[in-house]
Amino acid sequence: MGNKLSPISKAFLVLIFLILYAPIFFLVFYSFNSGGTMYDFKGFTMEWYKELFQDTRLLIIVLNTLVIALLSALISTIIGVMGAIGIRSFTSSKSKNTVLSLNNVLIVSPDVIIGASFLILFTMAGIKLGFYSVLLSHIAFSIPIVVLLVLPKLQEMSPTLIDAARDLGASRWDVLTKVILPYILPGIFAGFFMALTYSLDDFAVTFFVTGNGFSTLSVEIYSLARRGISLNINALSTLLFVVTLLLVVVYYFITQRVRQTGMGGKR
Amino acid sequence: MKNKISRNIYFIPYILWIALFVIAPILLILYYSFFDIEGNLSLINYQKFFTPVYLKMTLSSFWYAFLITGISLLVAYPTAYLLTKTKHKQLWLLLIIVPSWINLLLKAYAFIGIFGTYGVANGFLEAVGIGKQQILFTDFSFIFVSVYIFIPFMILPIFNALDKMNPTLVDAANDLGASRWMTFRRVIFPLTLDGVKTGCQVVFIPALSLFMLTRLIAGNRVITLGTAIEQHFLVTQDWGMGSTIAVFLIIIMFLIMFVTGNRKQGV
Repeated sequence: MGNKLSPISKAFLVLIFLILYAPIFFLVFYSFNSGGTMYDFKGFTMEWYKELFQDTRLLIIVLNTLVIALLSALISTIIGVMGAIGIRSFTSSKSKNTVLSLNNVLIVSPDVIIGASFLILFTMAGIKLGFYSVLLSHIAFSIPIVVLLVLPKLQEMSPTLIDAARDLGASRWDVLTKVILPYILPGIFAGFFMALTYSLDDFAVTFFVTGNGFSTLSVEIYSLARRGISLNINALSTLLFVVTLLLVVVYYFITQRVRQTGMGGKR
Repeated sequence: MKNKISRNIYFIPYILWIALFVIAPILLILYYSFFDIEGNLSLINYQKFFTPVYLKMTLSSFWYAFLITGISLLVAYPTAYLLTKTKHKQLWLLLIIVPSWINLLLKAYAFIGIFGTYGVANGFLEAVGIGKQQILFTDFSFIFVSVYIFIPFMILPIFNALDKMNPTLVDAANDLGASRWMTFRRVIFPLTLDGVKTGCQVVFIPALSLFMLTRLIAGNRVITLGTAIEQHFLVTQDWGMGSTIAVFLIIIMFLIMFVTGNRKQGV
């Protein structure tokens, strides 16, 4: 099959990669501009990075974002794994499919609808908008992804494995912790990681459910960008890009072990 | 019996999640859509939705989403196809995916710099001799940036479909004397239709509901259903009308899933 790529095809691919990466390198490049704008490169400076690290408000927001991401990924992974184990134990395929369709509702729903409906929900439930409303919504939209990443691993596991453990006298708890969980661990990691990136990346849902006093990075960037260009954001995005690359490397090694269950459509 | 009880214990948090964050929000949206801005029960929102203002908005929102999906498909299909022909294709695919992990807001922000009055794009136009143009805050910039953002999500499912395809089928078509175009039209494309459908689904639905891009890149000149929902919920505080638009967006979403769905293998 190995027909070589023609020069035109190669040029096309190169062009696509250039377009995909140009805006990112553009941001990185101008983060070092002493001119203070995103045109007219005057000279190299680290000033914006220095300013970034002195901006305590922004640092608190970064911290918030990380705390929300880690907590929501952790909790949604736990609930998602329990859900996936529960779904697997269904015997009728009809109820299984019903639960799976319900599971997927939040994945396919537009962010705006998730955000708006959660806003109504929290207001009705009397939950103050802020840290907890954001955390709850991030947990809520991460759970279905965890389930989708864990379930294939569970289904791939042979049921005789569990029977064997039982025959050898393992308790239910032993079966869970010593047989099932280790087996599906790569799926759990992938789920956790996906939940983490979903949470870090989310803007629209968070935008609806943050109150006045609380903000995450995406929401903050949105309000900064609406005011115009400031190179702090460039410096920030450079750092985020580096972090993202590191995460990608980690994720790559995990999925190498999970063996491609699909990276899941992202909004 | 014992089996059933312990399964239910695993399952409680997950079922609670479905009830609270999947079913309740949809019902709440539906409930709120029957209230006018003063909080009286009425059908006025539905009447309003069928006035020319809202119908035109829905139609234009559809048109933009359609354009964005179409252009993404035109770019993504050949890219995915060529990617499957490269050596180390998984690595290249990963590199296509990486930009989608950079925060959406940052990419939008980068384009504010690139398309701005003094930005790189205008510098290029001037150098070529066309002269400065208003690029930011136009339909063009909105569609370009949207396509930019959605391309990875279109490439991924198409790549997976192409990758799964049995290459001997193409060889067989060649042996039987089919031209390259014929092979593509009669063999390759039909076999990857599921991937194309998934791609269109994951682009079209979010494209209907983009609202931050309409603000940042299109300068409020483009109003999508998403923008309208956000406007009604967060600016004018007319939750009833916002919910009504959301109800229609949900209906549209189900219709699209129905049309592009029916994947034979199930979920």
